Amino acid sequence: MTILPEQVIYMDNNATTRIAPEVLEAMTPYLTQFYGNPSSMHTFGGQIGQAINQARQEVADLLGADAGEIVFTSCGTESDSTAILSALQSYPEKNHVVTTRVEHPAVKNLCDNLEIFTGRKYHVTRLPVEADGTLDLQRYRECLKDDTAIVSAMWANNETGVLFPVEEMADIARQRGVLFHTDAVQAVGKIPINLKETAIDFLSLSGHKLHAPKGVGVLYVRKGTPFVPFMNGGHQEQGRRGGTENVASIIGLGRACRLVAEKMEEENTRVRALRDKLEEGLLGSIPKSLLNGHKTERLPNTANISFEYVEGEAILLHMNQHNICASSGSACTSGSLEPSHVLRAMGVPFTAAHGSIRFSLSIYNTEQEVDFVLATMPAIIAKLRALSPFWEDN
Amino acid sequence: MWEYTDKVQDHFINPRNVGEIENADGVGNVGSIACGDALRLTIKVDENQVITDARFKTFGCASAIASSSVLTEMLKGMKLEDAKKLTNDDIAKALGGLPKEKMHCSVMGREALEAAIADYTGAILPMAQGEVVCECFGVTDLEIIRAIRENSLTSVEDITNFTKAGGGCGKCEGKLRGLLAETVEGAPAQPTGTAGKKRMTTLEKIKKIEEVIEREIKPTLKKDDGDIRLIDVDGDFVTVSLRGACAGCHSSRTTLKEYVEKKLREQVLDTLIVEEDR
Repeated sequence: MTILPEQVIYMDNNATTRIAPEVLEAMTPYLTQFYGNPSSMHTFGGQIGQAINQARQEVADLLGADAGEIVFTSCGTESDSTAILSALQSYPEKNHVVTTRVEHPAVKNLCDNLEIFTGRKYHVTRLPVEADGTLDLQRYRECLKDDTAIVSAMWANNETGVLFPVEEMADIARQRGVLFHTDAVQAVGKIPINLKETAIDFLSLSGHKLHAPKGVGVLYVRKGTPFVPFMNGGHQEQGRRGGTENVASIIGLGRACRLVAEKMEEENTRVRALRDKLEEGLLGSIPKSLLNGHKTERLPNTANISFEYVEGEAILLHMNQHNICASSGSACTSGSLEPSHVLRAMGVPFTAAHGSIRFSLSIYNTEQEVDFVLATMPAIIAKLRALSPFWEDN
Repeated sequence: MWEYTDKVQDHFINPRNVGEIENADGVGNVGSIACGDALRLTIKVDENQVITDARFKTFGCASAIASSSVLTEMLKGMKLEDAKKLTNDDIAKALGGLPKEKMHCSVMGREALEAAIADYTGAILPMAQGEVVCECFGVTDLEIIRAIRENSLTSVEDITNFTKAGGGCGKCEGKLRGLLAETVEGAPAQPTGTAGKKRMTTLEKIKKIEEVIEREIKPTLKKDDGDIRLIDVDGDFVTVSLRGACAGCHSSRTTLKEYVEKKLREQVLDTLIVEEDR
C-alpha cells in the first residue's frame, strides 16, 4: 500500500524533510539538459562549475561564511567524519577528543570506534548533560587538555532540539588551542548562524534536513584551519574532497539555503507557535506526560514528550493508523533493545524513556494538522494505558 | 518500519481479552518497565483442568501486545496439559510469523504462560534456577539453551532476537557464544554456575532498590520536604537524583552516603555505591 504525501500529517522533519518545490525547480535542468562535468574544458561542462559556485555562495551566505570555506560532501555523516579525522591527522601528537554523551550516531560511533579500533591510541571524553539536556560549561572547561585535538559538540540535538552554547564553547576551545567542530545538521536553517563572529573551525550540515535532497551535505572549514581530506581523489572542491560533484543536489542545496534564510522568521514565529500549541495541548490533556529537554534553549520546531507507562512503538503505530508521522526514542523502534542514549544521558526514568515521542515540525505544517493531532493523541494513549499492567497502580 | 503480518496488526489494533481475571487461578508476571516490555497473564482453570478464561495486560510494542492477545485466544478452552506444551514458535505461527528481531515477544508470552501455570500448580519454574548470563535483561543459561534448541538458533544475534540476552551492554557475548557451541554440539544443558550461589540481576536490583526507596527512603526525606528519584543502576553503581529541598542542600552528600547508601546496602546488596546524578 502506498501512502501519498497529501494523506499524511508529517511531523518528522528532524528525520527528513520534503524537497521544496523551488528547490526541485532549480535542480531539474541539471538532471535533464545540463549533464556536463564541471571539470571539463568545454563550455558545456565548464558552465556547470559556475552554477556550483553560485550554490556555494548561497550556502556561505546562510552561514555567514566565505564561499571558499564551503566544501560539498555526500551527507552530514561524511562531514562529521572528515572534520574529526582531519583534526587527528593534523595534530598527530594529540590523542584526545572531547564530545558529549548525546551526539548523533555519526559522531558518537566514530568516537567509540576511534577508541576501540586504534588499540586505545585515542581517548574520548564524553561530557554528561543535565536533566534538561543542557551542558555544564565549567565541566567542559575542565576537560580540555594539552593533548586535546578537537572538540565535537552538536549545535542542536536531533531528539530533543536542545541547543548547546557552541559559540561560547568554541571560544573556550580556541583559548586552549583546540579545534572546534559542531554537527549543526539540525540547527542550520532553523536558527540564525553567523560563523564569522564565532571561533567555530568546522561545521557539518545536511541537505535533506532543510528541504534539499538526500545525498548532499556540507563541511564548513574555516579559512586557515589545517585540513586533511577524507575522500582522496580528483581536484574537486579544491582538492579537499575528491569525487565528481553531485551537481543537481548541490544546486538544490544552494537554493534551499536561500529558501530557509527567507523562511527563518516564519520558522521562529509561526512554526514555533504551532509547536508550542501542540506541546502545551498534549501536556495539558494527557496525564503523566512530560517534556524532555529544556523549555526555551531549544529549536523552534521540536517537541519531545514522554507518555509514561506506555511504549513508543505502540504509540507510533497507532498514530500511523491516522497517518500521523513522528519518531520515538523507545528501544523497539530502533531495533536495539535499549531506549535512546540521549534520554538515558538526561536521566529520563525508565517509566518515561520507553514512551517518548518526537514531533518535529516544518514550515509546511498547518494549524489544522496540529488540531488533528491534539484531538487524536489522548485516545491513543488512553487505549494503550488500558492495556498496561503498570498503569492501574497510578 | 517493521514488517508486521495482518494478523499482528489486527491483534495490536483490536486486542482480545484485555484485563485481569478477578480471583484468577494462575497469575504470570514477566518482564519489567526497565526492559521495555512486561506481561501479566491471568488464567482461570476448571475442575477438568481446562483453561476457561485467559486475560492479559501488556506494556510493550505492537508485537508484544499481539503475542499476548493471540495467546489468550489460543488458551481459552485448552486443556492445561496441552497448554504446558505450547512453545514460543506456536505463538509466532498463530500470528503468521514475527520479524526475527521481535521473536522475544513470543518468548515473553510463553514465559508468562509457564509462570501462570506454575502459580496454579504450585510448581517452581525451572528456568529461573539457571545462572544469569545476561545481566541487563536477567536471562539465565537455561532459558538461552532452551531457546537455542527449540528454535534451532545458530548465532549470537539469533539468541538476542529470541531472548534479548546480549542486547544491552553486550558483555555476555562470549558466554553466549560458548552456550551456543555447547548446545549445538548436543552437550547437556547444565547450568554453568554453582547452584545456590545465584547473583542478583540488574533487574532484580532495580526492583528491590525502587521498593526500598518508595517504602522507606522517600517518606523520610519527604518529612524535610525533600525527594529522591532513581536514575540508573549500572552494576553496583546506583545513580539517584535528590529533589525538592534536598537539591542544593549543603548536607545532601551526607544524606546520600550516610542514609540512602546505608539503607540500600542493608536491604539490597552490601556492595552498592550510591552517587548523585548531576
